Amino acid sequence: MRLSSIAALAAAVLLVVGCQTPPERSGAAAGSGAAAGGAGVSGRGATDGVDRMAGTLSEQLAQVGDRVFFAFDQYALTPEARGTIEGQAALLSRHSGITVRIEGHADERGTREYNLALGDRRAHAVKDYMVALGISPGRITTTSYGSERPAVLGSNEQAWAQNRRAVTVVFTDRVGS
Amino acid sequence: MRVPGQVWLSGSRRFWQAVPAGVLLAVAWVLLAGRPALGELSIDITRGVVEPLPVAVVEFAGTQANEREYGRDVARVIAANLERSGLFQPVNPAAFIQREVPLDATPRFGDWRVINAQALVHGRVMLQADGRLQADFRLWDVFAERQMAGFTFVTDPRNWRRVAHIISDAVYKRITGEDGYFDTRIVYVAESGPRDNRVKRLAIMDQDGENHRFLTDGSDLVLTPRFSPTLQEITYLSFHRGRPQVFIYNIDTGRQESIGDFDGLSFAPRFSPDGTRLVMSLSREGNSDIYAMDLRTRQLRRLTAGTGIDTSPSYAPDGRQIVFNSDRGGSQQIYLMDADGGNVRRISFGQGRYATPVWSPRGDLIAFTRMHQGRFFIGVMRPDGSGERLLAEGFRVEGPTWAPNGRVLMYFDEEPTRAGGSGRSRLVSIDLTGRNKREVPTPTDASDPAWSPLIP
Repeated sequence: MRLSSIAALAAAVLLVVGCQTPPERSGAAAGSGAAAGGAGVSGRGATDGVDRMAGTLSEQLAQVGDRVFFAFDQYALTPEARGTIEGQAALLSRHSGITVRIEGHADERGTREYNLALGDRRAHAVKDYMVALGISPGRITTTSYGSERPAVLGSNEQAWAQNRRAVTVVFTDRVGS
Repeated sequence: MRVPGQVWLSGSRRFWQAVPAGVLLAVAWVLLAGRPALGELSIDITRGVVEPLPVAVVEFAGTQANEREYGRDVARVIAANLERSGLFQPVNPAAFIQREVPLDATPRFGDWRVINAQALVHGRVMLQADGRLQADFRLWDVFAERQMAGFTFVTDPRNWRRVAHIISDAVYKRITGEDGYFDTRIVYVAESGPRDNRVKRLAIMDQDGENHRFLTDGSDLVLTPRFSPTLQEITYLSFHRGRPQVFIYNIDTGRQESIGDFDGLSFAPRFSPDGTRLVMSLSREGNSDIYAMDLRTRQLRRLTAGTGIDTSPSYAPDGRQIVFNSDRGGSQQIYLMDADGGNVRRISFGQGRYATPVWSPRGDLIAFTRMHQGRFFIGVMRPDGSGERLLAEGFRVEGPTWAPNGRVLMYFDEEPTRAGGSGRSRLVSIDLTGRNKREVPTPTDASDPAWSPLIP
């Protein structure tokens, strides 16, 4: 439950990415603008509590981009994806207390089991690059949803391109340095 | 009451939750079923049937009202099974001239010939003093005026559907020479909700859609259930705590058990033909390989290596080889290996990508999903890769599963996603000729079907 609520928070917060990430339909994301406290954390409060820290980190993650995209049936990182991951890694190195989970996804143009493996490969491609950038592998977990959780609904190239993705989600938030 | 040749069945009953333990199902073969002799009424199912065989299924006789009710229901289920096979065409009962056929009398064959019924099925239901149901049945070749099969069951009345399925299997076998597949069940994934937040539950039903029930509550996303050959267990994938892991579901107890907490993901599980092992994919550091697990010792044995995605393994019925899916050559193709991982060779060479190979229980064919130019296909090929035939096509058709006689496949057919996230997904059965394609009724959207073995 904790995981999904954090994921929902991340989804809500990440709307600020704007045109690159169409609104997710799930839960708190719908209609909540920017990083307002739609997902149940104390949004832009004045105190420096843990909850606010979570919001802040997710906001910052949103600013650098929480997700990277892949070509059809590929897991190689594009130059754009590398740039995004570099931003994520910089954020992670500034906040050594946070850990992240990278969720790999595939579009619906493949078979279920292969898509799980492909999503797993994509998540690891992101993780491997983060580790190469100096982030401890112990701070990064991965999973794959295959084609089970599309970000964009639709059976067309535009939707598929958005669904072939790896999303970095703030997994646990301890007050970092 | 015991007659020579009587067979007592008891082992499979726990599979049927409605039936209390201790009730025996007795079968007496009056005439042995077998391959049709030359000149007998028969169907060669390998050729595909353009004209289904007309069969008359008469309501089973009974003396009391409730016996006659069972008799009507049993006949209705038999007729529906035979019709769905595509090999038989039940004659409309309104056309029957002889309305009732006494169990031990010879039918008035002329009355049946005149309405062109080539085969005749009839029988009798009796409720015994101890509350058990006795069902007798007869199969006649109308034109040869000869009895082809007949036997007697004694069982709990709640088993009446199973009686109808076993009789259907006997008719199918006597006329086609092949084992039937009506006394079987389907486990599948019942789907609801929009596609980006789909709720998926394991569900089980008889092959005709009856006796449907949900096995899981939908709190965890589940995929790809497959039967154990012993029928009491199902292996499947569950996103328990957000990570794909292989589980085993015990049908008797409802217990769901993880087979182990691995470093990475575990998925694509399938039982070995003897039920002692699971073969599946484990991913470590982003690399999926195939492993076999001894279910008793939980020992893992790695069968593939290398950087490619190796998944969707399926044993040959003799357990000696495994067919699987790999992109080691650059794109998804089908490969064979020995059960110890040796002697790997590629068998699919057509255009596009090949996936989800499943070995037929007969051993003669491998069913697969093929993707080419934006379309999905269900097809079959021989284990050496020759003789490829495509049977079905769609936007997304995937995941074939074999009926236990190796003559019929079931798969799922998913429509494109529509605005708002809807789009139907349903189960479809198709025979090997590709002529007899049927939607399988389910209460909700459905995917990932798995056909059980014949209930022993």
